[in-house]
Amino acid sequence: MDGRTTRSPDSPATDTPASGSPVSDRSASETPASDRPAPDSPAAVRARERRSRRYRRDLRWSPYLFIAPFFLFFAAFGLFPLLYTGWAALHRVELTAPTDMEWAGLRNFTRLLGDDFFWNALGNTFVIGVLSTVPQLLMALGLAHLLNYRLRGSMFFRVAVLTPYATSVAAATLVFVLLFGRDYGLVNWLLSTVGADGVDWENGSWTSKLAVSTIVVWRWTGYNALIYLAAMQAIPHDLYESAALDGASRWQQFRYVTIPSLRPTILFTCVVSTIGATQLFGEPLLFSGSAGASGGADHQYQTLGLYLYEQGWVNLHLGRASAIAWTMFLILLVIAAVNALIARRLRTSQ
Amino acid sequence: MTARRAGRQLHGGKVTYAVLILFTAGSLFPLLWTAVAASRNNTRLAQTPPPFWFGGNLLKNLGTAWSDANMGAALLNTTVVATTIAAGTVIFSTVAGFAFAKLRFRAKKLLLLLVIGTMMVPPQLSVVPLFMTVAELEWTDQLQAVILPTLVSAFGVFFMRQYLLQALPTELIEAARTDGANSWRVVWHVVFPAARPAMAVLGLLTFVQAWNDFFWPIIALTQNGNPTVQVALTGLGRGYIPDQSVIMAGALLGTLPLLVAFVLFGKQIVGGIMQGAVKG
Repeated sequence: MDGRTTRSPDSPATDTPASGSPVSDRSASETPASDRPAPDSPAAVRARERRSRRYRRDLRWSPYLFIAPFFLFFAAFGLFPLLYTGWAALHRVELTAPTDMEWAGLRNFTRLLGDDFFWNALGNTFVIGVLSTVPQLLMALGLAHLLNYRLRGSMFFRVAVLTPYATSVAAATLVFVLLFGRDYGLVNWLLSTVGADGVDWENGSWTSKLAVSTIVVWRWTGYNALIYLAAMQAIPHDLYESAALDGASRWQQFRYVTIPSLRPTILFTCVVSTIGATQLFGEPLLFSGSAGASGGADHQYQTLGLYLYEQGWVNLHLGRASAIAWTMFLILLVIAAVNALIARRLRTSQ
Repeated sequence: MTARRAGRQLHGGKVTYAVLILFTAGSLFPLLWTAVAASRNNTRLAQTPPPFWFGGNLLKNLGTAWSDANMGAALLNTTVVATTIAAGTVIFSTVAGFAFAKLRFRAKKLLLLLVIGTMMVPPQLSVVPLFMTVAELEWTDQLQAVILPTLVSAFGVFFMRQYLLQALPTELIEAARTDGANSWRVVWHVVFPAARPAMAVLGLLTFVQAWNDFFWPIIALTQNGNPTVQVALTGLGRGYIPDQSVIMAGALLGTLPLLVAFVLFGKQIVGGIMQGAVKG
């Protein structure tokens, strides 16, 4: 890597001034060496000063130029909307006339707290979050452990378990809707082969949450397994050797070497999955074939993200949708705080 | 030789392979079955047991999805959107990551913390004002409405910073400067060549994400106007066309390009996710 990048082609080494003072690239690329004035002439001194001033300016300001695009876009499409959502949450705004904002104080929030559908969505988000995150991460841990063995075709297995990640929420959900179909679905047919009754997955309270969670688990298990695998490969081999010398079985090695070394990574995946679960939207939206965003006839699998969408883009109350968005943000902040607390506890305990 | 090496070197046994094959089957089966269902017809999908092998209607269904569900336009749109977003994210992330990794400037730590903090902000939080802006500018159904808000990525900046910290020797930058290169030249001739492997990986990951982006596109674009693949699929799933085999054909069409990318670049994508994990 070093060889091919040491020098820009326009500035051959012979042009480097003996004085050692840094020179802007112009002197190298535009002024042929023979045209330069004698080193001590006033013109040369002025030119050198000008160059070094340009050089200093470049050194000082270029870092800001380099980070500017990110922060400009973030300010325009991240920070401003975030704050403006908070402002809109304090207003009555309808989708049909989004510029007519009527001050409403905290009414959107108080209304939210008195709304059964909000609490229902909050509960559903929590249940689906647990049902999808816990099995997903446990399975990912086991899968990573297996992938960490020396294997034939190890790259094939890694790519194969990652393919669900390439499948979009929409494509995945459309397939799972069919697989979980009540009358002709594959899952119910499998159940019937072992003599069990078919399940009305979509209409049951628990079964629908289980089905939605299955989609999440399917899409993300392989991804998380690769993250665990990366962390496992960074564990020093000596640890296992000394554990083996102490007579630890494979299971004990996994339990007392692998898991403790993985703790920060496990925490990281927990946080990322929890954030993802809080925002769950596409799966429950498309799981009900119909056009609504109610998350089932009894709202049995309506998540907070879906409830926000329903309030804003089905019922046309953008102000209320904003209040839900900010409530979700507060929940995420609480998660982040809890995470920071656990991370600190982990660090001090080690 | 093995003593210094990290990770375990034990060979996998039969059980290991058996379980891995089971996981592989579980991962691939829904995709395979999508293709099976897409090659059948609606009547066959409304029978038990469900079909397990291909029928003869694949091309017909793909054609219907292509024309009636706007999938042709959607695929073109998504290609444009995902390519632009990937290119923008890679370039902006590389220069910003370089500044955070190798340059000295005031408030650097604070600004980096801000970058990391923004990784947590969910898209739901900005969707109402973005919608108002798009309505005001009359950008509904225009691709810039979905490109601009996702053109930079905090993850990308962090990812490139972590990579350049170790992959770009500071002496290389100093050598170029001594040779008279200004910062732009340093970026072009030193940073970009050194960052190329990470840029490729970030580009692939961003492309996959942009291709599958869901929440904002279904608000900013409409199915019959100028949809991306995900918007068109949403329209398909919500009763626009009641034929299940056509819906599956649409899902297949929308996923196929990424599956091809996985076959071609699977190794790099896997490597990218694992790299991001160790450093993230």
